[in-house]
Formats: sequence, C-alpha cells, structure tokens
Amino acid sequence: MDSSVFFGISTLAYFIAMAVYISFVAFRKNIISLIATTVTIFGFICQTAALIIRWVDSYNFWLASAPSSTIIESVLRGAPLRNLYESMIFFVWSLVLVHLIVEFKYKNRSLGAFVMPVAALALAFIDVSGMSKEIEPLIPALQSNWLLFHVFLSFIGYAAFTVSFAAAVAYLVMITESRYEKSYILWSITVGIFIIVLIAMGFDYASFSIGPEQDYMQSLFLKASFKSESLGVVVLSWILSIAFIAALWRYGTGLKKVLTALSLQPNMLDEIAYKSIAVGFPLFTIGGVIMGAIWANSAWGTYWSWDPKETWSLITWFIYAVYLHARHVAGWRGKKVAILSLIGFVAVVFTYLGVNLFLSGLHSYGG
Amino acid sequence: MNSEKDTSVLDWIWNFFASLKLAIVLLLLLAVTSIIGTVIQQNVEPAKNIAFLAGIFGDNTAPTVYNIFIKLDFMDMYHSWWFVTILVLFCINLSVCSLEKFPKTWKVVNAPIRPLAENVIKTLPIKKEFTLNNSLDIVKDDLINSLRSSKYHVLEAKEESSGVQLYTQKGAYTRLGVYLVHLSILLIFVGAIIGLKYGFDGSLNIPEGSGYPFVYMSTGPLTETERLEQNGILNSLYATKDVDLTAKRLGMPIDILEEKLEKYGIKPLGFTIHCNWYNTEYYKGTDTPQEFESEIVIYEDGKEILKKVIEVNSPLKYKGITFYQSSYGMLPDSVGEFRMKFSSNGGPERALKLYMGDTFEIPGADIKGTIVDFSPALGRDPMTGELTTYSETMVNPAVLVKFEIGGEGDKGKNFTGWILKRYPDTGKLPGGHRVEFLEYWGVEYTGLQVSKDPGVVIIYFASSIMAVGLFMAFFMSHKKLWIRLVPLASGKKKAVSLILGASASKNRLGFEKEVEKILSKMSQVIEK
Repeated sequence: MDSSVFFGISTLAYFIAMAVYISFVAFRKNIISLIATTVTIFGFICQTAALIIRWVDSYNFWLASAPSSTIIESVLRGAPLRNLYESMIFFVWSLVLVHLIVEFKYKNRSLGAFVMPVAALALAFIDVSGMSKEIEPLIPALQSNWLLFHVFLSFIGYAAFTVSFAAAVAYLVMITESRYEKSYILWSITVGIFIIVLIAMGFDYASFSIGPEQDYMQSLFLKASFKSESLGVVVLSWILSIAFIAALWRYGTGLKKVLTALSLQPNMLDEIAYKSIAVGFPLFTIGGVIMGAIWANSAWGTYWSWDPKETWSLITWFIYAVYLHARHVAGWRGKKVAILSLIGFVAVVFTYLGVNLFLSGLHSYGG
Repeated sequence: MNSEKDTSVLDWIWNFFASLKLAIVLLLLLAVTSIIGTVIQQNVEPAKNIAFLAGIFGDNTAPTVYNIFIKLDFMDMYHSWWFVTILVLFCINLSVCSLEKFPKTWKVVNAPIRPLAENVIKTLPIKKEFTLNNSLDIVKDDLINSLRSSKYHVLEAKEESSGVQLYTQKGAYTRLGVYLVHLSILLIFVGAIIGLKYGFDGSLNIPEGSGYPFVYMSTGPLTETERLEQNGILNSLYATKDVDLTAKRLGMPIDILEEKLEKYGIKPLGFTIHCNWYNTEYYKGTDTPQEFESEIVIYEDGKEILKKVIEVNSPLKYKGITFYQSSYGMLPDSVGEFRMKFSSNGGPERALKLYMGDTFEIPGADIKGTIVDFSPALGRDPMTGELTTYSETMVNPAVLVKFEIGGEGDKGKNFTGWILKRYPDTGKLPGGHRVEFLEYWGVEYTGLQVSKDPGVVIIYFASSIMAVGLFMAFFMSHKKLWIRLVPLASGKKKAVSLILGASASKNRLGFEKEVEKILSKMSQVIEK
C-alpha cells in the first residue's frame, strides 16, 4: 500500500487524539484519557508503518539507481531522512514516541493536551505546505552510513528537548503569581513568537505557490506578512503580532487554572523538564555533535569547520550543559532552570530550522 | 610581600577557577558570542559582509561598522584572541573544577559499603517492610540467590537478636562518567591544537590528465610582484616535482625557498597527485547528480603507488594526507578528446580517441563518421522544441556525427545525428552497428580538498571516551541496597521480619522496580 495512505490515517488519528486529550481536560473522565492514548498509539503505529513503507520504497529506488549496492548499503541509503519533508515527519514521529514514553512513565495523560496539538498541527502543516513528497534521489553528500544514526539520534534529542520545553512552559505558567514576573513575560513572548512565525508561514503557503523548500527559505519566507511588498500588510502584521503577544500575556494566566484542573503538579513538570534533557542531552551529543563531526571529517576533510549548523548545535549544547550543571551541581530548581530549558529550545529550533532559513553554509539540505 | 599573602592570592585564583558560577558564565558567554560568527560570514571576501552590513546599518555607516568588526576579529572570530581566551579560561575552569571534586568522588567510588543501623535504613528513599513465614536461613539463602542472579555481590553482617544484614552495591564507578566527559573535552582541545600545529588544509584543482606535486593553502592578499614570484616557484615545482631541484633551478637556498613556500601557501607533498578523469554520475533520466567521482593516482619517484576512484563520502588517504572530492568544473579554452567505441553488427569492439573534425570508420560496416559538433548539455528548449545547449557544465554531453554510408551511389542515405553519453541507445545505427560516446575527456578539472590532521586520532579517541562517559553519567547509576533480617518469635510458626532500604544516584523509580523484581524472584510467600 502507498505510504501516503498511512500518513493520512496517522494525521487524522493525531487530530482525533488531540481533540480527545482536550476533552479529557474538560470532562476529566479516565475512560476519555484511555481513548486518547489508544488513538495516539494507533496513529503512531500507522505513522511507523508509513515510515517503513517509505523506507522500502526508497530502498528499491536506491537499488534501481545503484544496482551493485549491498543490502545493508541500500537499507542505509534508503532511510527516509533526506529532505525537510521527511525530516519533519520523522520529528513528529520522535515527538509522539517521547510523549508516549513520558506518559507511561509518569502515569499522567494530561500532557497530551499540549504535545498532541503540536504533532497534529505539524503534520497538517507539512501536508498543506506543498513540500515535495516525492522520493527524491539521495544527493552525493548524504550518501554515507552516518546519515541514519546521525539524524535518528539528533531527532530523538530534539523531541526530548521539545517535551522539556512544553513541561517548562507549563511549569512557568503554574508557578506564576503575577503577570509582571520576568519569567512570565519571557514565556509569553517566546511562545507568542513561535506561534506568530508559524501562522505567518501558513500565510506564505496560502498566498504563494511554493516549490522546493530551498527557494522558499531564501526568497518567500514571511513574504506574505512581515516582508510583504505592501506597507499596509507589513504594518498590520506587526500590529496584530504585538496585539497577539499582549493578549497571550494578559490572558495567559487563565492557562494556570486549566493546568491546575489537569492535576499537573509543578514538581512533576520540573522533573519532566529535567529528565527529558537528561535523556536528550547525551543522545544529542553523541548522535548530533560527535557523529556529525566524524561524518564531516570523512566527507569534507574537517571534523569541525564552524559551519552555522555545527556552531548552532554547539550553542544548543552549551545551553543544555549549563542547565545540567546549574541543576545538578549548583542545585538550581524551578524558574531559573525552566527559563534555561526555554532558551535551549529556541536554540534547538534555530539549529534545526533557523540555520536553513537564514544562514548559508555547508549543511543546506533540510534538517 | 609575606608568604601568607602569597597563598591567599593563589587560593583566590584557585577558588576563582573552581567556581561553578564561572563555568556557567563561560558556557553562556561561549554560546552568545558563537552566534556572531554564524551571522557574519567567516573568512569570505570583504564585499560580502560589507553588503550584508549595509543591509542593516545603511550604506554610509556600513564601512565604519565593518572596520570596528575587523578590529574585533568578527570576520574570523573563532580564531580571534578573545574567543580563544574564553576557550582557555573554560579549559582551566573545567580542569580545576574536576580536580577539586575528583578526590571526593574517588573516595565514594572506592569506599566499601558498610551495614547500616535499622533507623538509618528506614530513612532511605526506597523502603520495604515484610514479614516472611519461614526460617531465617531459608529466607537468607533465597534472598542471596535472588540478588546474585541479578549480578549483585552480597555481603553479610550479624545483627542483634541473631539476625543478619545483607548489603550490596553496584555501579559505583558510574560516578566517574562525568570526569570522563570532562577529560574528553580537554582531549578534544589537545587534538585541535595538534591539528592546528602539525596539520594543514589545502585545496587543488587538477585538470583531467594532469598531476601536481603540491597543494595550495589560503594566503593573505599578495602584491603583483609576489604573485609573479609565486607563479615562478609553482612552475619550477611543477616541472621538477621536487623541492631540492626547484631550489637549484631558482638559485635559491633551500631554507629561503621553504619560507617562500610557506608565505605563498604552497605545500609540497613529496609525491605527485594525478587525476586520470573526473565524472559526474546522474540518476537515470534526471539531471540530479548521483555521484561526483574522480580517478586519482599517486606517483612517487615516477612509480605508480596507489590508484583509487574517490567519491564525496569516500576519500583517498596516503602518508597521513587525505584527498576529498569537493568540487569540479570546466577548464576554459581547452580542447578535449572524444573517447568513442564502435562495433559493427556482431563484430569486435574498437575504441578510439578522436578530435573535433576527425573521421572514423566502422570496420566491416562500410560506414564513415565525422565529428562535427559537441554540446556539454544537449536538451530541447521547452518553448520551441528545438535542440539547445542548456548548461555550460557537462550535464548531458552529446556529440554530433555526420555519417556517410556505402559508396558514391548511396549518398542519399547519409545522415547526421546526435549521440548522447547518458543515453547509449542514441548510438544505434541501421544494420545493428553501434557507436558509443564514452567521454569528452580533458576539459574538466576535479576540485580536491586536501588535509592532514594528526589530531584526528585524538579527537576520535576523545569522542569515544565522551560517549562512554555520557552513557555512564546519564543512563547508569550507583545503586546501594541494605536488607535487615531478624527472626520473630511468634508462637510455633517460624517468621522473619525483613526491612529493606535502598538508594540510587539516578533513576530511583527504575531501581525501585528492580528491587521489587528481585523480591518477587524469591520463592517465599511475602506478607505485608
């Protein structure tokens, strides 16, 4: 069967799961949360199946263009991690995986109300964005045995950092006493900017016919809003954005009631934020930084060239290293470390997407 | 100055570097400053960054800002004095912090585990209490077996009222993981310094069919006279393929020549690197490259030593120097040779090297061909449908051949046709004869990245240590377990009271599950 059928089912399942998780927040019946988890697992299985089918397809594709390859080589070259489309799909898969693990470990199903919307909306976004879904031939630079391990581990790391971010934001919301606290202002602005950029990108995709992602990144990014040719649109974008952030800041305290109703404990959120980093950090270091360096050495002749992608992954690494030391050695807890988790995630987003959007370098293939 | 003050200054310095606050400040400083070099392009021609700055600060201020940035080394910031200073401070900080903490950890790691008093056991994070209906010896043996099957080395001590205490620990060494990670970071710096001191990074563009005994490294801007001298040295080196002979030829003392080589970024290899051919392989039916490849041969003292087809992820290594496929391109104003193969229907194959305008004959077929035109990228114009050359690079090389068939009487059967390298079927002629266009050779060069880095071995070693250290530090824990068994005098029935206390340096939940599993493996009936 076609992988797109399974991708479609999984997108649908994540949307249903999202709705059910949110109605669990409203009705607080255990049976509802059980349904939410079941639907999530079903969607996850479908997405896994879709990934495997796509892998098999690209395995055959590779074998057709390089018939002398061994089976292992073809399996490695066929890994569906070649461009922005595939990497985002894989990111959602990793995110749901990490979410399910956290859910089972902490026996708390409420977090799904925050994580599943991200997963569902990301998949929907990928779907409507018009990114190329064709199986693309693997460019020479990516024809390495490191591709699979490097990308796989990096993305599990990214997903763990995302869960930590979600928990840290929820934590900051819960412990806020007043809107004028710095940490509260910081999270409302950060989350606000993320949402605004996502919406602005949605407008880009709605207004232009967008071809390969590279062109979008370079020429059309935010062209339908902040970088529009019409001054009116630019001014309107800024006004709406500032209004949105102000509203988020003003009414964000309402979230506190929701989170409290979900029987989420600040201590547990703090712990989830920390544990996710404790798992993500070693995986990201080994898979992202070390394996990346080894690969770079075998492809480009230098294990470290201060390429923007490399540098940003190092920046991310520095921030989470600070987080771990601050917490483990200096004994920081609560707000201070939650803010570090927030900043760390901004660096993650920049490492994953921002570098390809704004900066030029060697690492110019989606993700 | 008295000696007391001396020690206090030293203490102050030591304490300054032993502080975790400094570590946090330095890490954040590294994170923030590193951003600069990702925004401003590093080591590029000034025009690029001036244009970039003009976009932010406007045309008038941009040159001033640029000059300030130059003073701050922002255009090569990762090698600037201030960035290196932060890195050095970071290394000292890392070393001092580790040295300060290590003795304590070492003590903990090597400390033998001792039995604990009942009230202490009860304060541990993991606690269990049971009463077992069996004799002490049976319960004890059962417990020891269960612990041993989970790979615990069990120790035993006597308790009051003829009871015993079993105690054990596992994974104390995992507390050293963090030091392995710290050590690996220092080793990475050592490796990087060795690489900077004893290694080099160069590049070389070799035309098909040529060889060079040296590579280029980047130099600062050169004056016209310097450029001429550089060329002179390059030409003699190319002719003699030897540094000593070049010195003789130029009438230059060898040490002066070596200085000039350094200055002009010329690195003699001690052998010759030769490119037989360069080729871009495309995915079938598309213009998407599948592989960039060159056949590279190494000659030393006139003898062929090594031959390899290198690809992007598959470099060639010789004498510690590695050659990577990094680019390719067309040589300007070059005349190439057409490498073709012919066969008449069922006859033997024959290979030929031809030039533009040359005529060939297919033996036994009475067909003559003349090469009349060449296109590096033949395609159809999507608008007009006419044949055009759509790229200057060899994306789809094609050769136009005029065929004359048979004797004078057959003039009407003459025809002209394009034969494409990537589409061999275009060379099928009437009568089952074939012409294959293999390559238009001698018009492309291969671009190699050349590097020698003796520090890489250390970097790889450090990376493995770091991976092991991270695994120990984050995924393993130091587990300790105490179990107190005291027989109870409850009538005729034999009974034992079991009090268990345990702790883990990480993942308490996981260890609690493991403890429960160990207890459940016992064959005793456990009562609350």
